[in-house]
Amino acid sequence: MLVAALAAAVGPALVSVDPSVQDLALRLAGPMAGHPFGLDELGRDILARVLTGARVSFLVGVVVVGVSATVGTVIGAIAGYCGGVVDGLISRVIDTLLAFPGLLLAIALVAVLGPSLANVLFALVVIGWVGYARLVRGQVLRARHADYVQAAVALGASTPRVLWRHVIPAALPAVVVQATLGMAGAIIGEASLSFLGLGVQPPTPSWGTMLNGGRAHLLDAPHLTIVPGLAIVLLVLGFNFLGDGLRDLADPRQSRQ
Amino acid sequence: MATFLARRLLVSLPVLFGVATLVFALIHLVPGDPAQAMLGDSASPQDAAELRARLGLDRPLYLQYAAFLNGLARGDLGTSLRTDEPVAAVIAARLPATVELAAAAMSWAVAVAVPLGIIAAVWAGTGIDYAATTVALVGISMPTFWLGPLLAIVFGVTLGWLPVSGSGSAAHLVLPAITLGAPLAAVLARTTRSSVIEEIGELYVLAARGRGVSPGRAVLRHAFRNSLIPIVTVLGLQLGAVLTGAVITETIFAWPGVGRLLVQSISFRDYPLVQGCILLIAVTYVLMNLLTDVAYGLLDPRLHHD
Repeated sequence: MLVAALAAAVGPALVSVDPSVQDLALRLAGPMAGHPFGLDELGRDILARVLTGARVSFLVGVVVVGVSATVGTVIGAIAGYCGGVVDGLISRVIDTLLAFPGLLLAIALVAVLGPSLANVLFALVVIGWVGYARLVRGQVLRARHADYVQAAVALGASTPRVLWRHVIPAALPAVVVQATLGMAGAIIGEASLSFLGLGVQPPTPSWGTMLNGGRAHLLDAPHLTIVPGLAIVLLVLGFNFLGDGLRDLADPRQSRQ
Repeated sequence: MATFLARRLLVSLPVLFGVATLVFALIHLVPGDPAQAMLGDSASPQDAAELRARLGLDRPLYLQYAAFLNGLARGDLGTSLRTDEPVAAVIAARLPATVELAAAAMSWAVAVAVPLGIIAAVWAGTGIDYAATTVALVGISMPTFWLGPLLAIVFGVTLGWLPVSGSGSAAHLVLPAITLGAPLAAVLARTTRSSVIEEIGELYVLAARGRGVSPGRAVLRHAFRNSLIPIVTVLGLQLGAVLTGAVITETIFAWPGVGRLLVQSISFRDYPLVQGCILLIAVTYVLMNLLTDVAYGLLDPRLHHD
């Protein structure tokens, strides 16, 4: 995962080849000197494109998780703490959004809004915040009656202050675990949409778009599929390992299992 | 049990209503004029106006919404712009293929993952356990859109054992079903393992062993039975991933199901068909979750007394 982060940060600068330069004479060529991962269907260097594509993946992961976690935490905390009509209303919205399985709503949104990176980010945030909201709502419901929260209320602390200083911090470890696993989810989400032709548009390199381009060449150039796919799996595996590790730290009962 | 079922049904109704509302709203999220977007930039304003009138997009929003709900209640999902056939009929023709694929994927996932999870739990902390958990984690991290092409390269292209696209025979089903079921198998194996480990440590299992029950029987008849609720929960929750995975798997293997229909209808900007496919998948998901809840009630009678 660190290697991927490093690749995203400085990788494109290390490779002298421009990821969008085409050499049609060498299209679909396998690994060779100067092009260790070969060239794609338009004769572009796959290594350069994988390194540039890492930036898209990290950008999507950071933006989607950052915005989703912030929005979800605030809305979940408000629902859990206020209860009553506010909670009922927010919970119905959460239930409705959760009624769309996985990426389906994101596919639907990008289908109508049009394929672009900005619309992918928007669609992934729309489906992403709900998980955080539900998680934080549950945590807040539990924390609301805790003695330290009651004490803060009795001392005259305002609702925003109670939420910000006492309730939300109690929910943060669980949010951090979910955010780490959410990075993996967001990266797969973007790649899935791009694979279906609904995400990042050519010529910008994205791992999902590269896989989409490789679909037509499974027979004659499998490296078009293998290399970007391997990059996604390694990065997602890294985030999943990190998320599992953090969950074990946050909940030692899990690690014993 | 009937009260429990009725209560769960009542809870699902607002969700179904919300889903229908959101699906209705989709067409209004199209930037600019939806009719122009569907016909393309080259369409004349007259054609766009005609389509607007045909779809009822020229009427006030509340009337459109009422007509949409009215149509839904009668099973009318509109007409496909490309083929001029009723959306419900187009989807119904594709549905059996998706059901066949999803059923095959879920069946093999359960048949392989549950025994694997039990084996990993019984031998927890050994090499067998580490091997099983690593395979499961790799399975979770391997996206469908990569696993599918990889399987096609190995078993279709290199070995030539199986067809890589289309449908019509059992051989055509193998690669799509393995691709679609793999992430589910990985999650199920992990859940089964942790759930069985928790139950194996309980006193009733020790008591069964004390009464002379064999270790295998103590695990399968006692510990595993009580591990079923988390396993069923995960199976219900993962159905969403299976339905979304079907969109990608069907696209990879040219499987003629609803998922592929959705992607095709998006590329043709056939929005009524897009709406129909999304609605069907979401409603199926809600109803399957309802069934999962009913299964809890059957597995653990305490739940419907709460």
